[in-house]
Amino acid sequence: MAHDITPSGPKPSRLSVARIGVYGFLAMSAIFFAIPLYVMIVTSLKGMPEIRLGDLFALPNDPSFAAWVKAWAQACTGVSCNGIHEGFWNSVVITVPSVVFSIMLGAINGYALSFWRFKGANIVFAILLFGAFVPFQVVIYPLIIFLREVGLYGSLTGIVLVHMAFGMPIMTLLFRNYFSSLPEELFKAARVDGAGFWQIFFQIVMPLSVPVTVVAVILQTTGIWNDYLLGLIFAGHDNLPMTVQLNNIVTTTFGVREYNVNMAATMLTAIVPLAIYLISGKYFVRGIAAGAVKG
Amino acid sequence: MKTNADVLTQNTGNSTRKRKKLNFTSLIASTPMIIVAIGLFVICAGYSIMLSFTKSKLFPKFNWVGFDQYERLWSTTRWVTSVENLLIYGSLFIIFCLVAGFLMAVFLDQKVRFENGFRTLFLYPYAMSLVVTGLVWQWMMEPSLGIQNVVQELGWESFRFAPLVNPELAIYGILIAAVWQSSGLVMALMLAGLRGVDSEIWKAAKVDGIPTWRTYLFIVLPMMRPVLITSLVLLCVGVVRVYDLVVAQTGGGPGMATEMPAKFVIDHITVRNNVGLGMAAATMMLLPVLLVIGPWIYREYVKKGSRA
Repeated sequence: MAHDITPSGPKPSRLSVARIGVYGFLAMSAIFFAIPLYVMIVTSLKGMPEIRLGDLFALPNDPSFAAWVKAWAQACTGVSCNGIHEGFWNSVVITVPSVVFSIMLGAINGYALSFWRFKGANIVFAILLFGAFVPFQVVIYPLIIFLREVGLYGSLTGIVLVHMAFGMPIMTLLFRNYFSSLPEELFKAARVDGAGFWQIFFQIVMPLSVPVTVVAVILQTTGIWNDYLLGLIFAGHDNLPMTVQLNNIVTTTFGVREYNVNMAATMLTAIVPLAIYLISGKYFVRGIAAGAVKG
Repeated sequence: MKTNADVLTQNTGNSTRKRKKLNFTSLIASTPMIIVAIGLFVICAGYSIMLSFTKSKLFPKFNWVGFDQYERLWSTTRWVTSVENLLIYGSLFIIFCLVAGFLMAVFLDQKVRFENGFRTLFLYPYAMSLVVTGLVWQWMMEPSLGIQNVVQELGWESFRFAPLVNPELAIYGILIAAVWQSSGLVMALMLAGLRGVDSEIWKAAKVDGIPTWRTYLFIVLPMMRPVLITSLVLLCVGVVRVYDLVVAQTGGGPGMATEMPAKFVIDHITVRNNVGLGMAAATMMLLPVLLVIGPWIYREYVKKGSRA
């Protein structure tokens, strides 16, 4: 009976009460989500006298980028007053190699786990999976001791290694799940033709993995850029990432708090992941779902 | 089930020697993975647990004291408060994110205009770091220049919205910021789930005259169990790692009002120089993860022992 339903009765009017309710709810939610970004932007474009008037939501009378310039080049991040630009470049220098290497490792791991399972691969994978859920706090202290012993604590190499290690569970999982969905015949055919481990990886599997690699790049870039804890502990004084310097600017100011500079610095820190989010669209959502383990 | 490698070697009739060689290459390629898995998640975690049974202060020392650190931990006000805070914050965070995310997904599913615009707006906070989130909300919750002031100037004198300066309410200030940041995630997952629901279900419900909201709540929602579990897992992981948000928004204060276990551990291994106690706290954080995730991983991945 359910297979042949044709619409009957009058066409519902476009603006029924229910429709108004739907749009009302969505508009309210939209305002809630938009307000912080709006406040961040208008505050950063105001001068301090205007901010002291207390009109948080008012548009700036005389929009100026002075606070942005100060945040970028002069704001005090603890000891020095060179602005957040040092942190920006530190974050770039930390993020790029961390993303590249963690994705390479994740792809190789996923490939080995999907097509070339060595003895005990299950156990290793289970431990890694468990690692995806372990709070950093549980392993951080021994890791500090170890890196100190080998002389990498507080160095760029150290923080990149740390990001690679902590990114490995999710990257491995992402690639393994993707490779599991590739047709096995492809792989078999290559093996019959005598292709080896690396040949199949570079010539057959990786060219098919562009979508999953894009997802991985988005996931890792935003994740590592937004990291605070690992950067604070492992990066060392000369490599502190942008998030750490941002927090220093805002929380360690003496005297008058310059809210416009704070918000400009906050915007500067948020711009990179925000841009990635807006450009990547649906890939970003896929990246989120990648954290979801298929049961 | 047979692994790919087994199947292949049989099909192509390769010698055992070749198979061994291939297995060896795969093992070499997997060395970093093995090192990280064993080194970081077994040895490091084990080392942390070991240190929790010692009197280590600034550096690791192996002067065993049994369960002393745990006794001290649970009689430390700061820790007990942290755990209480985490339980309040965590349960409310999960409930609010799930409800808000589900509602937003359902409303977006009503063939609305500007769906992409709304979706982009609901999810963008999730792309931003928790430090950014904490600092923005700290500014908006500022007592004399923030939202409270704006509403009071409009004439509503008794309006109060400055939770961060009130020890009773500070945790809810964190909660608002956290829900703002994460509920879009649930929305995105749920919307994808809703789109995957068979349209026949909707037709059948229409024919039976079931109201739309009941269909969503009692038919569609139970069908989305996997999405719910995914959301729940991601939110739980976020709860345990709440460190960044607290540090940026309140620094744990006022008083101990927003202290969290994650911050307790970091404080004790850095500024407070009490590694033994910190590691006991870390072990307590590991325990629920082990109890929940451990059996599940074992059942799904070790026992089955095949490609999922």
